[in-house]
Amino acid sequence: MTIDSIKNGIVIDHIPAGRSLEIYHYLKLDRVDCSVAILKNVVSEKLGRKDIIKLDEVLDLNYDVLGYLAPDCTVNIIRDGETVEKRHLQLPDRLVGVIACKNPRCITTIEQGLTHIFKLTDRANGIYRCIYCESKA
Amino acid sequence: MNGPRHLIDILDLTPAEIDGLIARACDIIAHPADYAHLCAGKKLATLFFEPSTRTRLSFEAAMYELGGHVIGFSDAANSSSSKGESVSDTVRVVACYADIIAMRHFKEGAPMVAAMKSPVPIINAGDGGHNHPTQTLTDLLTIWREKGRLDRLTVGFCGDLKFGRTVHSLISALSRYPDIRFVLISPEELKVPSYIKDVLKQKNLEYVQTTDLEAVMPELDILYMTRVQRERFFNEEEYLRLKNSYILTPDKLRTAKRDLSILHPLPRVNEIAVTVADDPRACYFRQALNGKFIRMALILKLLEVE
Ligand SMILES: [Zn+2]
Repeated sequence: MTIDSIKNGIVIDHIPAGRSLEIYHYLKLDRVDCSVAILKNVVSEKLGRKDIIKLDEVLDLNYDVLGYLAPDCTVNIIRDGETVEKRHLQLPDRLVGVIACKNPRCITTIEQGLTHIFKLTDRANGIYRCIYCESKA
Repeated sequence: MNGPRHLIDILDLTPAEIDGLIARACDIIAHPADYAHLCAGKKLATLFFEPSTRTRLSFEAAMYELGGHVIGFSDAANSSSSKGESVSDTVRVVACYADIIAMRHFKEGAPMVAAMKSPVPIINAGDGGHNHPTQTLTDLLTIWREKGRLDRLTVGFCGDLKFGRTVHSLISALSRYPDIRFVLISPEELKVPSYIKDVLKQKNLEYVQTTDLEAVMPELDILYMTRVQRERFFNEEEYLRLKNSYILTPDKLRTAKRDLSILHPLPRVNEIAVTVADDPRACYFRQALNGKFIRMALILKLLEVE
Protein backbone atom coordinates (compact mmCIF):
# COMPACT_ATOMS: atom_id res chain seq x y z
CA MET A 1 0.00 0.00 0.00
CA THR A 2 1.36 3.36 -0.91
CA ILE A 3 0.42 6.20 1.36
CA ASP A 4 -0.30 8.71 -1.37
CA SER A 5 -2.76 6.91 -3.53
CA ILE A 6 -5.00 3.93 -3.02
CA LYS A 7 -6.93 2.21 -5.78
CA ASN A 8 -9.82 0.90 -3.72
CA GLY A 9 -10.43 1.95 -0.16
CA ILE A 10 -11.43 4.62 2.31
CA VAL A 11 -9.69 7.85 3.30
CA ILE A 12 -10.88 9.43 6.52
CA ASP A 13 -9.69 13.00 6.20
CA HIS A 14 -9.79 16.12 8.38
CA ILE A 15 -9.49 14.27 11.67
CA PRO A 16 -8.50 16.75 14.37
CA ALA A 17 -4.77 16.29 15.04
CA GLY A 18 -4.13 13.71 17.75
CA ARG A 19 -7.50 11.94 17.52
CA SER A 20 -6.58 9.25 14.96
CA LEU A 21 -5.47 6.57 17.42
CA GLU A 22 -8.66 6.93 19.40
CA ILE A 23 -10.67 6.52 16.17
CA TYR A 24 -8.52 3.52 15.21
CA HIS A 25 -9.39 1.97 18.56
CA TYR A 26 -13.16 2.70 18.53
CA LEU A 27 -13.59 1.59 14.90
CA LYS A 28 -11.77 -1.62 15.89
CA LEU A 29 -9.33 -1.22 13.00
CA ASP A 30 -6.88 -3.47 14.83
CA ARG A 31 -9.17 -6.35 13.86
CA VAL A 32 -9.48 -5.73 10.11
CA ASP A 33 -7.53 -7.70 7.51
CA CYS A 34 -6.68 -4.86 5.12
CA SER A 35 -3.78 -2.43 5.41
CA VAL A 36 -4.33 0.62 7.58
CA ALA A 37 -2.19 3.75 7.41
CA ILE A 38 -2.36 6.46 10.03
CA LEU A 39 -0.93 9.83 9.13
CA LYS A 40 -0.45 12.14 12.05
CA ASN A 41 0.12 15.86 12.17
CA VAL A 42 -0.32 16.47 8.46
CA VAL A 43 -0.27 20.15 7.44
CA SER A 44 -3.79 21.27 6.51
CA GLU A 45 -5.07 24.56 5.13
CA LYS A 46 -8.35 24.17 6.95
CA LEU A 47 -7.25 22.85 10.33
CA GLY A 48 -3.58 23.81 10.60
CA ARG A 49 -2.72 20.24 11.52
CA LYS A 50 -4.84 17.15 10.96
CA ASP A 51 -4.70 13.37 11.07
CA ILE A 52 -5.71 11.04 8.23
CA ILE A 53 -6.55 7.32 8.23
CA LYS A 54 -6.35 5.30 5.01
CA LEU A 55 -7.70 1.80 4.43
CA ASP A 56 -7.00 -0.15 1.27
CA GLU A 57 -10.39 -1.83 1.21
CA VAL A 58 -13.97 -0.45 1.25
CA LEU A 59 -15.11 -1.66 4.67
CA ASP A 60 -18.43 -1.19 6.39
CA LEU A 61 -17.42 1.39 8.99
CA ASN A 62 -19.50 2.39 12.00
CA TYR A 63 -20.32 5.94 10.91
CA ASP A 64 -22.13 6.67 14.18
CA VAL A 65 -18.92 6.10 16.11
CA LEU A 66 -16.93 8.14 13.64
CA GLY A 67 -19.50 10.95 13.65
CA TYR A 68 -19.38 11.04 17.43
CA LEU A 69 -15.58 11.13 17.68
CA ALA A 70 -14.88 13.43 14.73
CA PRO A 71 -18.09 15.07 13.48
CA ASP A 72 -16.19 17.34 11.10
CA CYS A 73 -14.17 14.67 9.34
CA THR A 74 -14.70 13.72 5.70
CA VAL A 75 -14.86 10.16 4.43
CA ASN A 76 -13.77 9.55 0.83
CA ILE A 77 -14.68 6.25 -0.78
CA ILE A 78 -12.20 5.38 -3.50
CA ARG A 79 -12.86 2.92 -6.33
CA ASP A 80 -10.46 2.38 -9.26
CA GLY A 81 -8.42 5.34 -8.11
CA GLU A 82 -11.39 7.73 -8.23
CA THR A 83 -13.28 9.29 -5.32
CA VAL A 84 -16.77 7.94 -5.91
CA GLU A 85 -18.33 9.22 -2.72
CA LYS A 86 -17.55 11.99 -0.26
CA ARG A 87 -19.38 11.78 3.06
CA HIS A 88 -19.62 14.62 5.54
CA LEU A 89 -20.39 13.29 8.96
CA GLN A 90 -22.44 14.70 11.77
CA LEU A 91 -23.20 13.82 15.35
CA PRO A 92 -25.45 10.72 15.36
CA ASP A 93 -28.83 10.89 17.13
CA ARG A 94 -28.07 7.78 19.16
CA LEU A 95 -24.94 5.97 20.32
CA VAL A 96 -25.59 2.30 20.91
CA GLY A 97 -22.89 0.32 22.71
CA VAL A 98 -20.14 2.84 22.00
CA ILE A 99 -19.47 4.58 25.30
CA ALA A 100 -20.34 3.62 28.87
CA CYS A 101 -22.34 5.64 31.38
CA LYS A 102 -20.11 7.12 34.07
CA ASN A 103 -22.84 7.65 36.68
CA PRO A 104 -22.14 5.18 39.53
CA ARG A 105 -25.86 5.24 40.45
CA CYS A 106 -26.94 4.22 36.91
CA ILE A 107 -28.72 0.88 36.34
CA THR A 108 -26.14 0.09 33.62
CA THR A 109 -23.59 -0.49 36.41
CA ILE A 110 -25.40 -3.61 37.67
CA GLU A 111 -27.85 -4.91 35.08
CA GLN A 112 -26.31 -7.78 33.10
CA GLY A 113 -26.46 -7.65 29.33
CA LEU A 114 -27.81 -4.10 29.18
CA THR A 115 -26.47 -2.09 26.23
CA HIS A 116 -25.30 1.43 27.01
CA ILE A 117 -27.36 3.82 24.89
CA PHE A 118 -26.93 7.58 24.65
CA LYS A 119 -29.21 10.12 23.01
CA LEU A 120 -28.13 13.44 21.48
CA THR A 121 -30.12 15.95 23.54
CA ASP A 122 -28.42 19.17 22.47
CA ARG A 123 -26.92 19.18 18.96
CA ALA A 124 -25.55 22.73 19.18
CA ASN A 125 -23.41 21.81 22.17
CA GLY A 126 -22.90 18.14 21.26
CA ILE A 127 -24.42 16.88 24.51
CA TYR A 128 -25.33 13.21 24.86
CA ARG A 129 -27.28 11.79 27.78
CA CYS A 130 -27.68 8.21 28.97
CA ILE A 131 -31.24 7.08 28.09
CA TYR A 132 -31.58 5.36 31.46
CA CYS A 133 -30.33 7.88 34.02
CA GLU A 134 -30.01 11.00 31.79
CA SER A 135 -26.46 11.72 32.96
CA LYS A 136 -24.20 13.52 30.50
CA ALA A 137 -21.78 11.38 28.52
CA MET B 1 -49.90 -4.89 19.05
CA ASN B 2 -49.02 -1.88 21.17
CA GLY B 3 -47.30 -2.53 24.48
CA PRO B 4 -48.76 -1.32 27.76
CA ARG B 5 -48.55 2.30 28.86
CA HIS B 6 -45.95 3.01 31.58
CA LEU B 7 -45.15 6.04 33.74
CA ILE B 8 -41.40 6.50 34.05
CA ASP B 9 -40.99 10.29 33.80
CA ILE B 10 -43.64 12.93 34.51
CA LEU B 11 -43.14 14.23 30.96
CA ASP B 12 -44.41 10.87 29.62
CA LEU B 13 -47.85 12.37 30.30
CA THR B 14 -49.21 15.25 28.23
CA PRO B 15 -50.73 18.22 30.10
CA ALA B 16 -54.15 17.02 28.88
CA GLU B 17 -53.53 13.57 30.38
CA ILE B 18 -52.44 15.17 33.67
CA ASP B 19 -55.63 17.26 33.66
CA GLY B 20 -57.57 14.03 33.09
CA LEU B 21 -55.88 12.32 36.05
CA ILE B 22 -56.60 15.31 38.27
CA ALA B 23 -60.27 15.32 37.20
CA ARG B 24 -60.46 11.58 37.89
CA ALA B 25 -58.87 12.00 41.34
CA CYS B 26 -61.37 14.74 42.20
CA ASP B 27 -64.21 12.48 41.13
CA ILE B 28 -62.82 9.65 43.29
CA ILE B 29 -62.71 12.03 46.27
CA ALA B 30 -66.33 13.06 45.63
CA HIS B 31 -67.70 9.56 44.91
CA PRO B 32 -65.42 6.96 46.53
CA ALA B 33 -68.13 4.26 46.51
CA ASP B 34 -68.26 4.33 42.70
CA TYR B 35 -64.62 3.25 42.61
CA ALA B 36 -64.57 0.70 45.41
CA HIS B 37 -64.73 -2.35 43.14
CA LEU B 38 -63.30 -1.18 39.81
CA CYS B 39 -60.10 -3.19 40.24
CA ALA B 40 -61.70 -6.31 41.73
CA GLY B 41 -59.64 -9.33 40.74
CA LYS B 42 -56.62 -7.22 39.73
CA LYS B 43 -53.25 -7.32 41.45
CA LEU B 44 -50.69 -4.57 41.97
CA ALA B 45 -47.11 -5.69 42.64
CA THR B 46 -45.04 -3.27 44.70
CA LEU B 47 -41.38 -4.03 43.98
CA PHE B 48 -39.43 -1.91 46.41
CA PHE B 49 -35.74 -2.65 45.93
CA GLU B 50 -35.16 0.24 48.32
CA PRO B 51 -37.44 0.78 51.31
CA SER B 52 -39.81 3.75 51.21
CA THR B 53 -42.63 3.02 53.56
CA ARG B 54 -44.86 5.99 52.85
CA THR B 55 -44.71 5.68 49.05
CA ARG B 56 -45.41 1.96 49.27
CA LEU B 57 -48.32 2.41 51.68
CA SER B 58 -49.78 5.06 49.42
CA PHE B 59 -49.73 2.69 46.43
CA GLU B 60 -51.12 -0.19 48.48
CA ALA B 61 -53.92 1.90 49.99
CA ALA B 62 -54.76 3.16 46.49
CA MET B 63 -55.11 -0.39 45.12
CA TYR B 64 -57.13 -1.61 48.13
CA GLU B 65 -59.55 1.31 47.78
CA LEU B 66 -60.12 0.28 44.17
CA GLY B 67 -61.05 -3.23 45.35
CA GLY B 68 -57.81 -4.79 44.09
CA HIS B 69 -55.08 -6.85 45.73
CA VAL B 70 -51.44 -6.17 46.47
CA ILE B 71 -48.39 -8.45 46.34
CA GLY B 72 -44.69 -7.60 46.46
CA PHE B 73 -41.67 -6.91 48.63
CA SER B 74 -40.52 -3.87 50.56
CA ASP B 75 -36.78 -4.32 50.67
CA ALA B 76 -34.24 -5.76 48.22
CA ALA B 77 -32.81 -7.95 50.99
CA ASN B 78 -36.00 -10.03 50.85
CA SER B 79 -36.08 -10.33 47.08
CA SER B 80 -34.37 -12.35 44.40
CA SER B 81 -32.25 -9.34 43.45
CA SER B 82 -30.18 -10.05 46.57
CA LYS B 83 -29.23 -13.26 44.76
CA GLY B 84 -28.14 -11.21 41.78
CA GLU B 85 -31.19 -11.47 39.54
CA SER B 86 -31.47 -8.71 36.95
CA VAL B 87 -34.27 -6.15 36.89
CA SER B 88 -35.48 -7.44 33.52
CA ASP B 89 -35.74 -11.03 34.76
CA THR B 90 -37.47 -10.02 38.01
CA VAL B 91 -40.03 -7.99 36.12
CA ARG B 92 -40.77 -10.71 33.58
CA VAL B 93 -41.45 -13.16 36.40
CA VAL B 94 -43.58 -10.76 38.46
CA ALA B 95 -45.61 -9.83 35.37
CA CYS B 96 -46.85 -13.44 35.35
CA TYR B 97 -48.57 -12.79 38.68
CA ALA B 98 -49.54 -9.10 38.62
CA ASP B 99 -51.55 -6.81 36.36
CA ILE B 100 -49.51 -3.67 37.14
CA ILE B 101 -46.18 -3.00 38.87
CA ALA B 102 -44.99 -0.09 41.01
CA MET B 103 -41.20 -0.18 41.22
CA ARG B 104 -38.81 1.70 43.46
CA HIS B 105 -35.11 1.13 42.87
CA PHE B 106 -31.85 2.59 44.17
CA LYS B 107 -30.38 2.59 40.65
CA GLU B 108 -31.34 5.39 38.27
CA GLY B 109 -33.07 4.15 35.14
CA ALA B 110 -34.09 0.76 36.61
CA PRO B 111 -37.85 1.31 36.02
CA MET B 112 -37.10 2.19 32.40
CA VAL B 113 -35.22 -1.07 31.95
CA ALA B 114 -38.21 -2.84 33.50
CA ALA B 115 -40.62 -1.05 31.13
CA MET B 116 -38.59 -2.18 28.11
CA LYS B 117 -39.25 -5.81 29.05
CA SER B 118 -42.57 -5.79 30.89
CA PRO B 119 -45.86 -6.93 29.34
CA VAL B 120 -47.75 -5.08 32.12
CA PRO B 121 -47.66 -1.36 33.02
CA ILE B 122 -44.71 -0.16 35.12
CA ILE B 123 -45.01 2.83 37.44
CA ASN B 124 -41.76 4.42 38.56
CA ALA B 125 -42.11 4.85 42.33
CA GLY B 126 -38.72 6.59 42.56
CA ASP B 127 -35.34 5.67 41.03
CA GLY B 128 -32.37 6.96 43.01
CA GLY B 129 -31.99 10.71 42.67
CA HIS B 130 -33.57 10.64 39.21
CA ASN B 131 -37.39 10.60 38.82
CA HIS B 132 -40.39 10.25 41.07
CA PRO B 133 -43.37 11.05 38.84
CA THR B 134 -46.15 10.03 41.26
CA GLN B 135 -44.79 12.56 43.77
CA THR B 136 -45.06 15.22 41.05
CA LEU B 137 -48.64 14.13 40.25
CA THR B 138 -49.39 14.40 43.98
CA ASP B 139 -47.94 17.92 44.05
CA LEU B 140 -49.97 18.95 40.98
CA LEU B 141 -53.23 17.56 42.41
CA THR B 142 -52.52 19.41 45.67
CA ILE B 143 -51.92 22.72 43.87
CA TRP B 144 -55.09 22.17 41.84
CA ARG B 145 -57.20 21.42 44.92
CA GLU B 146 -55.76 24.31 46.92
CA LYS B 147 -55.83 26.90 44.14
CA GLY B 148 -58.34 25.66 41.59
CA ARG B 149 -55.81 26.12 38.76
CA LEU B 150 -52.32 25.15 37.57
CA ASP B 151 -51.61 28.38 35.69
CA ARG B 152 -51.12 32.03 36.73
CA LEU B 153 -49.15 31.20 39.86
CA THR B 154 -46.00 32.44 41.56
CA VAL B 155 -44.34 29.29 42.85
CA GLY B 156 -41.48 29.45 45.35
CA PHE B 157 -39.12 26.51 45.79
CA CYS B 158 -37.04 26.67 48.95
CA GLY B 159 -34.12 24.66 50.34
CA ASP B 160 -32.05 22.12 48.46
CA LEU B 161 -32.77 22.89 44.82
CA LYS B 162 -29.61 21.21 43.56
CA PHE B 163 -30.27 17.60 44.56
CA GLY B 164 -34.03 17.80 45.12
CA ARG B 165 -35.49 15.58 42.39
CA THR B 166 -39.06 16.46 43.43
CA VAL B 167 -38.21 20.09 42.74
CA HIS B 168 -36.79 19.37 39.28
CA SER B 169 -39.79 17.28 38.22
CA LEU B 170 -42.33 19.78 39.51
CA ILE B 171 -40.53 22.63 37.72
CA SER B 172 -40.58 20.64 34.43
CA ALA B 173 -44.27 19.80 34.88
CA LEU B 174 -45.33 23.35 35.78
CA SER B 175 -43.26 24.87 32.98
CA ARG B 176 -45.89 23.53 30.55
CA TYR B 177 -48.66 25.74 32.00
CA PRO B 178 -49.08 29.43 31.12
CA ASP B 179 -48.07 32.34 33.35
CA ILE B 180 -46.11 30.47 35.96
CA ARG B 181 -43.43 32.50 37.69
CA PHE B 182 -40.71 30.60 39.52
CA VAL B 183 -38.94 31.93 42.62
CA LEU B 184 -35.93 29.76 43.43
CA ILE B 185 -34.79 30.23 47.03
CA SER B 186 -31.65 28.41 48.16
CA PRO B 187 -28.15 28.85 49.55
CA GLU B 188 -25.49 29.47 46.85
CA GLU B 189 -24.24 25.89 47.27
CA LEU B 190 -27.63 24.36 46.53
CA LYS B 191 -28.92 26.37 43.55
CA VAL B 192 -30.86 24.58 40.78
CA PRO B 193 -28.61 22.87 38.22
CA SER B 194 -27.93 24.76 35.02
CA TYR B 195 -29.89 22.37 32.82
CA ILE B 196 -33.09 23.28 34.68
CA LYS B 197 -32.37 26.97 34.15
CA ASP B 198 -31.69 26.24 30.48
CA VAL B 199 -35.18 24.75 30.15
CA LEU B 200 -36.72 27.82 31.78
CA LYS B 201 -34.73 30.15 29.51
CA GLN B 202 -35.57 28.17 26.36
CA LYS B 203 -39.26 28.38 27.18
CA ASN B 204 -38.94 32.08 28.06
CA LEU B 205 -40.30 31.50 31.55
CA GLU B 206 -39.89 34.08 34.23
CA TYR B 207 -37.75 33.06 37.18
CA VAL B 208 -35.76 34.72 39.94
CA GLN B 209 -33.04 33.23 42.09
CA THR B 210 -32.51 34.43 45.63
CA THR B 211 -30.98 33.39 48.93
CA ASP B 212 -33.53 35.32 50.99
CA LEU B 213 -36.80 33.55 51.76
CA GLU B 214 -38.23 36.39 53.84
CA ALA B 215 -37.70 38.96 51.10
CA VAL B 216 -39.79 37.09 48.54
CA MET B 217 -42.42 35.68 50.92
CA PRO B 218 -45.14 38.29 50.12
CA GLU B 219 -45.10 37.40 46.38
CA LEU B 220 -45.72 33.68 46.70
CA ASP B 221 -48.91 31.75 45.92
CA ILE B 222 -47.19 28.40 46.54
CA LEU B 223 -44.19 27.66 48.76
CA TYR B 224 -42.59 24.27 48.13
CA MET B 225 -40.22 23.43 50.98
CA THR B 226 -37.43 20.84 50.85
CA ARG B 227 -34.85 19.84 53.38
CA VAL B 228 -31.34 21.26 53.51
CA GLN B 229 -29.32 18.21 54.53
CA ARG B 230 -26.18 18.35 56.60
CA GLU B 231 -24.30 15.97 54.29
CA ARG B 232 -24.60 18.41 51.37
CA PHE B 233 -22.16 20.80 53.08
CA PHE B 234 -18.42 20.64 53.28
CA ASN B 235 -18.31 21.76 56.87
CA GLU B 236 -20.58 21.85 59.87
CA GLU B 237 -20.14 25.60 60.36
CA GLU B 238 -21.52 26.45 56.93
CA TYR B 239 -24.45 24.15 57.50
CA LEU B 240 -25.29 25.65 60.90
CA ARG B 241 -24.95 29.18 59.55
CA LEU B 242 -27.30 28.52 56.64
CA LYS B 243 -29.86 26.07 57.87
CA ASN B 244 -31.87 28.56 59.94
CA SER B 245 -32.44 30.80 56.92
CA TYR B 246 -34.29 27.95 55.25
CA ILE B 247 -36.38 26.80 58.16
CA LEU B 248 -39.96 27.93 57.90
CA THR B 249 -41.32 29.46 61.11
CA PRO B 250 -44.58 31.26 61.96
CA ASP B 251 -42.52 34.43 62.20
CA LYS B 252 -41.33 34.21 58.57
CA LEU B 253 -44.93 33.63 57.47
CA ARG B 254 -46.10 36.97 58.86
CA THR B 255 -45.71 38.71 55.50
CA ALA B 256 -47.05 35.80 53.43
CA LYS B 257 -50.30 35.92 51.45
CA ARG B 258 -53.36 34.78 53.38
CA ASP B 259 -54.02 32.12 50.76
CA LEU B 260 -50.44 30.89 50.43
CA SER B 261 -50.18 27.08 50.10
CA ILE B 262 -47.20 25.44 51.78
CA LEU B 263 -46.21 22.09 50.28
CA HIS B 264 -43.57 19.59 51.34
CA PRO B 265 -42.95 16.12 49.88
CA LEU B 266 -42.40 14.74 53.43
CA PRO B 267 -40.85 13.42 55.58
CA ARG B 268 -40.02 16.75 57.16
CA VAL B 269 -37.35 16.78 59.83
CA ASN B 270 -36.66 20.29 60.99
CA GLU B 271 -37.11 22.46 57.91
CA ILE B 272 -40.61 23.49 58.97
CA ALA B 273 -41.27 24.42 62.59
CA VAL B 274 -43.77 22.03 64.17
CA THR B 275 -46.12 24.92 65.02
CA VAL B 276 -46.57 25.73 61.30
CA ALA B 277 -48.63 22.55 60.87
CA ASP B 278 -51.49 24.26 62.73
CA ASP B 279 -51.53 27.06 60.15
CA PRO B 280 -54.33 26.41 57.64
CA ARG B 281 -51.89 27.34 54.85
CA ALA B 282 -49.83 24.21 55.58
CA CYS B 283 -51.10 21.57 53.13
CA TYR B 284 -48.50 18.83 53.49
CA PHE B 285 -50.76 16.38 55.25
CA ARG B 286 -53.54 17.04 52.74
CA GLN B 287 -50.82 16.54 50.11
CA ALA B 288 -50.06 13.06 51.49
CA LEU B 289 -53.76 12.17 51.26
CA ASN B 290 -53.87 13.48 47.67
CA GLY B 291 -51.03 11.07 46.89
CA LYS B 292 -53.38 8.14 47.39
CA PHE B 293 -56.14 9.60 45.20
CA ILE B 294 -53.87 10.48 42.27
CA ARG B 295 -52.32 6.99 42.42
CA MET B 296 -55.83 5.53 42.24
CA ALA B 297 -56.51 7.62 39.13
CA LEU B 298 -53.16 6.57 37.63
CA ILE B 299 -53.72 2.84 38.28
CA LEU B 300 -57.13 3.09 36.56
CA LYS B 301 -55.64 4.90 33.58
CA LEU B 302 -52.76 2.46 33.07
CA LEU B 303 -55.05 -0.55 33.52
CA GLU B 304 -57.46 1.10 31.06
CA VAL B 305 -60.36 0.73 33.50
CA GLU B 306 -63.10 3.19 32.58
ZN1 LIG C 1 -26.69 6.14 32.93
